[in-house]
Amino acid sequence: MKRFEWVQASTTDDALGQSTRTCAELMDSNKKTSGASVVKAGGIDLLDLLKEGILSTQRVVNIRSIDDLHHISFDKKGCVIGPLLTLAEIAEHADIRKKFTALADAAEHIATPNIRNAATVGGNLLQRPRCWYFRSEEFNCLKKGGKDCPANVGENKYHAIFDNEKCSIVHPSTAAVALVALGASIELTSRKGKREVKLEEFFISPSEDVVKENRLAEGELITAITIPDNGWKSAHIKLGEKDSFDWSIGDCAVALDMEGSTCKKAVIVLGAAAPVPYRATAAENFLKGKSIDEKTAREAGKLAVQNAKPLSQNEYKVTMLEVAAMRALLKAAQS
Amino acid sequence: MTEQEKGSKSKDSTDPPQSGKDPATDGKKAGTATAHKPPGKTKIIKVPVGYYGVNIAEVEREVPLDEPPALPVNAHLNVIGKPTRRLDGELKVTGSARYTADIQLAGMLYGRMHRSTEAHAEIRSIDLSGALAHPGVRAVHIVSRAIGIAREREDKPRVVEAKVTFDRKVGVPTVKYVGQPIAAVAATTEQAAREACELIKVEYETLPFVIELEDAMKPDAPKVFKGPTEQDGTAGGGGAPKGLPQKGNLRGPETKGMFGGDRGNVETGFSQADVVIENQYRTQIHMHSALEPHGLIADWRDDMLTIYASTQGTSALRGDIASVFDLPKSKVRVITEYMGGGFGAKFGTGNYGIAAIFLSRQAKAPVKFMHDRKEEQTVSGFRPNSFQKLKIGAKKDGTITAIELESYGSGGTALGAGVGWAAQSMYKSPNFASEHYDVLTNQSPGCAFRAPGQPQGIFAVEQSIDELCEKLKIDPMAMRDKIDDNETRREQRKAGAKLFDWSSRKPAGSDAGPIKRGLGMAQGEWPRFVDMNSSCELKLTNDGSIEILSSVQDIGTGIRTVLAQVIAEELGLKPTDITVRIGDTVFPTGPASGGSVTTGSITPAVRKAAYHLKLKMFDLAANSLKCEPEDLQMKEGSIVQKSGGGSITIKKLAKGLSTDQLSVFASRTADYGGFELGDFVGFGRLSSVQFADVRVDTDTGRIYVDRIVAAHACGRPMNPLGIESQINGGILQGISWALYENRHTDKNTGVVMNPNVESYKLIGAKEIPKIDIVLLEEYLGRSATDAGGIGEPAIVPTAAAIANAVYNATGVRINTLPMTPDRVLAALRKGGSK
Repeated sequence: MKRFEWVQASTTDDALGQSTRTCAELMDSNKKTSGASVVKAGGIDLLDLLKEGILSTQRVVNIRSIDDLHHISFDKKGCVIGPLLTLAEIAEHADIRKKFTALADAAEHIATPNIRNAATVGGNLLQRPRCWYFRSEEFNCLKKGGKDCPANVGENKYHAIFDNEKCSIVHPSTAAVALVALGASIELTSRKGKREVKLEEFFISPSEDVVKENRLAEGELITAITIPDNGWKSAHIKLGEKDSFDWSIGDCAVALDMEGSTCKKAVIVLGAAAPVPYRATAAENFLKGKSIDEKTAREAGKLAVQNAKPLSQNEYKVTMLEVAAMRALLKAAQS
Repeated sequence: MTEQEKGSKSKDSTDPPQSGKDPATDGKKAGTATAHKPPGKTKIIKVPVGYYGVNIAEVEREVPLDEPPALPVNAHLNVIGKPTRRLDGELKVTGSARYTADIQLAGMLYGRMHRSTEAHAEIRSIDLSGALAHPGVRAVHIVSRAIGIAREREDKPRVVEAKVTFDRKVGVPTVKYVGQPIAAVAATTEQAAREACELIKVEYETLPFVIELEDAMKPDAPKVFKGPTEQDGTAGGGGAPKGLPQKGNLRGPETKGMFGGDRGNVETGFSQADVVIENQYRTQIHMHSALEPHGLIADWRDDMLTIYASTQGTSALRGDIASVFDLPKSKVRVITEYMGGGFGAKFGTGNYGIAAIFLSRQAKAPVKFMHDRKEEQTVSGFRPNSFQKLKIGAKKDGTITAIELESYGSGGTALGAGVGWAAQSMYKSPNFASEHYDVLTNQSPGCAFRAPGQPQGIFAVEQSIDELCEKLKIDPMAMRDKIDDNETRREQRKAGAKLFDWSSRKPAGSDAGPIKRGLGMAQGEWPRFVDMNSSCELKLTNDGSIEILSSVQDIGTGIRTVLAQVIAEELGLKPTDITVRIGDTVFPTGPASGGSVTTGSITPAVRKAAYHLKLKMFDLAANSLKCEPEDLQMKEGSIVQKSGGGSITIKKLAKGLSTDQLSVFASRTADYGGFELGDFVGFGRLSSVQFADVRVDTDTGRIYVDRIVAAHACGRPMNPLGIESQINGGILQGISWALYENRHTDKNTGVVMNPNVESYKLIGAKEIPKIDIVLLEEYLGRSATDAGGIGEPAIVPTAAAIANAVYNATGVRINTLPMTPDRVLAALRKGGSK
């Protein structure tokens, strides 16, 4: 870890005034970023990046203690969450559990209790991918401005089965899978002003820009997350190699607009599947007008992974995601 | 109390033997007192032998005159065998115990290694000038011989240009793995040391390399070493027999094994078999992942080199260092006050340690050199992976006619990657043949790890036996009753099966639905190694305090407490009355802690010391009480006349000492009745039987271990609390190896992809099953305490028991570790089970 200055931001304006760079910019080996500042919320990911020697910065701007960014409120339209709410606070919130079950489910199973107590939902959405080539200082992969992807010809057991031709990272945020399924939007604020973006559109494929995972611009902060309350049922299922402190090897969030036992509309989002939270649209379309039972859920699971293109070591993930989708559908329908 | 009294006491109160034979010898011929007569004057004592609650007999042993009387079974003791809290537990949980990393010396510098980025290369030049120009740097050192790796029989280091303060030529080894140490720096802060390491420039001439075991076996694979190799072992194992043939990366075959090698004729044996099964088994690299990383502090002074180290063998480390630096042992002091685990990986000085000493000598200041987690997971040793082909033939009634094993193991650049001797020694088979090959790869050197080789071997043997049972339609328990002569395991099977409810086990694949439950069992064993180099000094000081001194180190398993128990028992005190000073080579040499030797080796010496201190105290007390020493006994801090009347407290007695202290030195006596092998393998194996209750989610391939019943024995249990802790730990490490842990190395570069404990997956709190332990009280009559070890036996059968349970759940065998969802799903698909 290299030395850096520590700046305490006391208000959102204060933080916005620091002209910070995104982690993606700081980690792009083609960009000169000396003298840069970067924002730290929970610090869970940033500390890793600094320790692993793959990100260096002159200044770390701590926004963890900004009160304006730590809030939660509900109205008829839905829920507005401040980005500094911790994953533990989200997992334990009774109204989130009731109205947005998928998000509570997802938050509850992330990492460890220690990490959930420190990690913020905003940071969770913006964390860098866990691809071990990307995380290793020994490799200058595409994502860091290099020329090729060592994962696709190397150790790719935990990598993407969709949209993996160029760069096979999986999107690291489990909360994002649930929030995309729930139709969430985020408010992005910079010194120039505010903009509202659908979370699903915020994330981008490597084919669009391989060095970053989202449309966060220089100097921008997530200042709010909005989840619409349309009375849908939802659930999230995470599959892992173990339950303590492990990343998903296939997870799925489902949101269902039900009329009696008939599904009017389904949103199915796969996690640990692709470089972005992955919408399984064929499965969604299939379920329209059907009741959700063991048989239709299994069929939907199959459809969810029908376009998968596994790499040399991750074919099992096709099954994982199929099962995650099936189980999430049944869990949501039965909730 | 005389030995006659103790003997009769245990005789009166225990059942006569049922089997009539001495279970301690495991059916072997030798091992009676007459076969191994101790040197010098002897006496006969009657020791308890058998299983408490089953069949305790009194057996006569001829022992040296100065041996203490026989110790009765634990039921008649006050301290030994009673669950006893760790003496240092409070210090540890409050953070007051000082580990190596906690030690700060005045003017201390920090060491750091510059490591190879190439998997195989010749070094062209090393440029240290950048590091030397760093303001924090006080010393630099070029690693001229990387230790841990095998050496070529004809080893000629290459001489290259090194830019130091002036250009000079230095001998450097060929780089054989990513992370190999090249040069070290000592600097005023950790940060400065890191920065300086990054300023070191090395020019490489890269060579072809090979990473995977089975790739390295191919005839056209790049050669890791130019010529044949050799490697010496350490106190914890490792090393390889000298002079074996080597072809490319394959070194072997080794056919001997510890217990005699081939016997009979396997071809004849297989021709007599009704059923022959043949399988391939693969096990992965297993990282020690000790909480405390490797490290030491070297403080070189003109008159003394002091080393604060996290080591499993203080005395062996002193010997290593004295030899490398050509110092008398008397001028090297090694201190290990507290230690956070080693599991076999903390023997020897390590490249970091040698570098730290060089740097300290150069800088004239103490140098602390601790590995970080990445170094722990990449260059600090591992359990070798293995590939085994095992063939077993049996008759319809279960009688085994032949066992044949062809095994390969890879310790990367190190030798000694065997798979134990389970196939050879566990079961009766008149015909046995084995060939083992070490496979060299361009990975960092492996090393000893908790029961080196044995879990790999057992994973193959116990699954094969289970498969044989399935084929022959014999219950696995009944099968073992037939083919297993080991009396201890017979008792363990009985007790374990009852607690586990083995009889509720259903035929394989019985459960409908995606979640299937299965029950399985496996057996294990480990030799009862003894380290005769075990001594101590016991002192009574004139204020009545009692202090035991030995260089034996507590690697976290609790020997500190056990020593206090032994002395407290002998002197009628409480363990907390005893001050235990260990882990320092200024004290008498104690055993290294590896191979489950510590308790069985040092406690008899300590009891002998306590007994003789007691006799000295009796002599003094007899004087002042005006009675015969034989009339005295120890009781609650006093010396008391058995015939009633007089008594004197230890404190008062001590006050009258003519010097400040009364001191006794004692060393371990040879095992009563001698050894099975040399003077290091005692009679009676450390046997175990474990049972696993698992669920398999056949949709996801995920295995859940719900319960383990573990039946173990380690001679006389000294501190059941500590023993249970070690069994729990062994089982958890075994489950973790069986189901989760896997080091991934990029084949194209040799870089370890998961050098952390995040993506190198260790068992966590949610994966911990219910563990029920059956601890058999096993009396072998072999020493003054008759204690054995438990570290290794605990991990040996766990993975095999789980694999057998997975088969029982699904009807499909998983022959490759770890049994992760990808493998389980693939096996289920192939096996057609759903």
